[in-house]
Amino acid sequence: MNALVSFILVCILLFIPWIGVSVLGLKILFGIVIPYACFLVFVIGLIYKIIYWARSPVPYKIPATCGQQKSLPWVRRTLKDRIESPFYTWEVILRMFLEIVFFRSLFRNLRADLSGKRLIYGSAKWLWLGAILFHWSFFIILLRHLRLFTNPVPVFIQKLDYIDSFIQSLGVPPLYITDILILAGLIFLLLRRFFDPKVSYLSYGSDFFPLFLILGIVISGILMRYYIKVDVYGVKQLTLGLATLNPTIPEGAKIGTIFYIHLFLVSSLAAYFPFSKLVHMIGIFFSPTRNMANNNRAVRHVNPWEYPVKHLTYAEFQERFKEVMEQAGIPIDEEVKPEKHEWQSWYILEKK
Amino acid sequence: MSLPKPEELIQDVELHKTPEKHWMDIKPELKKGYYLSIIDPKILEELDLPNMGKWQPYDEKWPLPENWKDIVREEILRRMEKHRSFKLFMDICVRCGACADKCHFFLGTGDPKNMPVLRAELIRSIIKGEFSTFGKIFGKFAGARRLTEDVIKEWFYYFYQCSECRRCSIFCPYGIDTAEVTIMMREILLKLGIGTDWGLKPVHNSYYIGNHVGIPPHTLKENLEFLMSDFYEITGIQVDVSKYLNRKGAEILYVPMSGDYFADPGIYTMMGILALFHYLDLDVTLSAFASEGGNFGYFNSLEMAKRLHSKIYEEARRLKVKWILGGECGHKWRLWHQYHNTWFGPIDFLEIPKSPITGTVFEHAKDSKLVHICEFTADLIAHNKLNLDPSRNDHLIVTFHDSCNPSRAMGFFEEPRFILKHVCNNFVEMPENTIKEKTFCCGSGSGLNAGENMEIRMRGGFPRANAVEYVHKNFGVNTLVCICAIDRAVLTSLMQYWVPEVSVAGVHELVANALVFPGEKERTTDLRYRPLKGKEGNV
Repeated sequence: MNALVSFILVCILLFIPWIGVSVLGLKILFGIVIPYACFLVFVIGLIYKIIYWARSPVPYKIPATCGQQKSLPWVRRTLKDRIESPFYTWEVILRMFLEIVFFRSLFRNLRADLSGKRLIYGSAKWLWLGAILFHWSFFIILLRHLRLFTNPVPVFIQKLDYIDSFIQSLGVPPLYITDILILAGLIFLLLRRFFDPKVSYLSYGSDFFPLFLILGIVISGILMRYYIKVDVYGVKQLTLGLATLNPTIPEGAKIGTIFYIHLFLVSSLAAYFPFSKLVHMIGIFFSPTRNMANNNRAVRHVNPWEYPVKHLTYAEFQERFKEVMEQAGIPIDEEVKPEKHEWQSWYILEKK
Repeated sequence: MSLPKPEELIQDVELHKTPEKHWMDIKPELKKGYYLSIIDPKILEELDLPNMGKWQPYDEKWPLPENWKDIVREEILRRMEKHRSFKLFMDICVRCGACADKCHFFLGTGDPKNMPVLRAELIRSIIKGEFSTFGKIFGKFAGARRLTEDVIKEWFYYFYQCSECRRCSIFCPYGIDTAEVTIMMREILLKLGIGTDWGLKPVHNSYYIGNHVGIPPHTLKENLEFLMSDFYEITGIQVDVSKYLNRKGAEILYVPMSGDYFADPGIYTMMGILALFHYLDLDVTLSAFASEGGNFGYFNSLEMAKRLHSKIYEEARRLKVKWILGGECGHKWRLWHQYHNTWFGPIDFLEIPKSPITGTVFEHAKDSKLVHICEFTADLIAHNKLNLDPSRNDHLIVTFHDSCNPSRAMGFFEEPRFILKHVCNNFVEMPENTIKEKTFCCGSGSGLNAGENMEIRMRGGFPRANAVEYVHKNFGVNTLVCICAIDRAVLTSLMQYWVPEVSVAGVHELVANALVFPGEKERTTDLRYRPLKGKEGNV
């Protein structure tokens, strides 16, 4: 049901530019105005999110440790320990690098099954693989697209394009490996949401929607490259115009509705991005269980809003138990004096 | 309350089947044996906390304060403003499901709301439904719903079916920490006046009497004397307890957990530690006021945790010690390691810990001045300062349970293992996916170790027990060693239920078994009066 609604939503998104461009001829709207507007929403939205998170302080240093702590000099710490229980900043950076680039934590994934009365655990790297395929392909495809926004195209992008398309298909143009891999990754992630009972149970419409949307983008892109040919020169004129803030709809170029559909779906994704779960891309950098060092006892962390709390003092305690302590021969502290201390509270309502 | 037999308990668990109905449409059904009783309002009052009068979770209508919705909304926003973790974790979950089968409560119940992702959705959905325009428009489609009284019941039920063990968080690709979420949610419930009997009575005791079980100073001393008189009987070594209590000017303050001088089997660990102090002639003292290293406050709110633990540094200051040594405890070490110097620092009235026996400077604790007893003992063994006869533990085949907090909040893996390998000859690890950072909770942590919720405890502890059962059957393991006072108490019940042949012990109980005192009499039993291997006839 959720999936169906998401699918229909993406279909609607697909029809908007179709009708808008091929029927109503609103090329400027779909080629210039909407892409700009959505890109702006994307940038401002992300900046807003970053500020929104950064405004809340990190009161406590709470790394989740997956390796041996640094303690006594003779306790051996392997490289794995250093990365997964980082003491120094470079170790934290390494941990974050592995987390962001190679999805370290996801690689740890296990599968638990009940076999009669026994719990058995198996390796479960499929999710990791699917996620890696999808994210890395997406990233490389994004980089490849820079050739549409630069002139001359940087050598690095040219090289990337060359490597990605080393499989020569029978027809021209050559096949991009990342096109196949991103499809594989996306379809795997989608099938999981349908057929893994647990994942299916916890999936919302908003989990299917971005998958369908990105699938729409990928398919429209592939169609444009291999089947419904568009005037690449015209497209580049348009995209370069967008990038150089000199937007034009090239006269007479046969850009084709499929391009506008592709562009509109990309724009929709950009605008949706900051306000959805897709912000995990930025959020991971902020994650306090991963980006903090496990050196709490050596390096003090300061909480900007820490406040003194109400507590019992030793003087009050001793007053209460003085007699029994004396009888039991427990030393009494004669120097201690009753003291009042300042305190605040989130719970205690009455006046101090 | 009677429990079903072990082989029947988890028959209803299906890990790969889910209910027909959407989880938002399933009303919370509070099952007996799964939830804790509510605290007497008098205790709440004495702790200056809000209360809702006398009531219990099974009441149809909960006596929520009139403005409960405003309170909840305000408290959610306050916590998002003060804790980046909470704010971030509410935003970035993609529901990939990697955490789903990592929770011991899910593995023991099959209840989808015990999947960490759904546990967090219980609040995430409310934040979307109450504060986000997107959420208000798209509702369930975007995972949003409105705040109702049923939601409060659901929160109470499921955030007290989480033991804040953080196993899920190490599998999460974004490091989303369910413990953070549970801490925040329990704080919000407490603000309404919802607190558990088992979770708050110890707080009250610890606040006013000094320790969770409410043992006053003179009884504390008596208990320690009693322990050491047993020790004398077993070893012929006389330990004078009085110099270890409230002695000003000692070099070290040792902070125990009340479980260790209150009940079997924790007492043997305490016995072992006092014996070690005596062996070393260590200049150390306990404090009758700071006689609790554990902190049930933490299971209610961070503020309450701080209110309980301020006495530790205060006592260190008053007794003029140089540094602090902490006993074998789980959540205590989460707090001591990750919170203490933030709360109470800078700790400039103490010195950087240095072992008076070996001269080792504990550089890694140079700011907080807190050293774990296992670090201290491991250092002694590494410097060959202890005369150990590991064969005195030959009647034990030992495995080690990594307690959640030392594992996933400290990375405390090698120190206790190093000690164990020197004090006993038969040490076996449990399966790889159930130890170290992937260790399973005892099922009763974070204030869930009561009697009225025994069923959920046995279910939650099932994955741990299952791994113990494996090494018991395959390697004859009969002793489960741990470094947590709650573990020593609750793993004992868990073992009695699932693997009754296995008993539970602390590391220092085994240390004292192996420790050869000059002038001691020939030992025929261990600290529990169990015959040593080869001495069975002598007892």
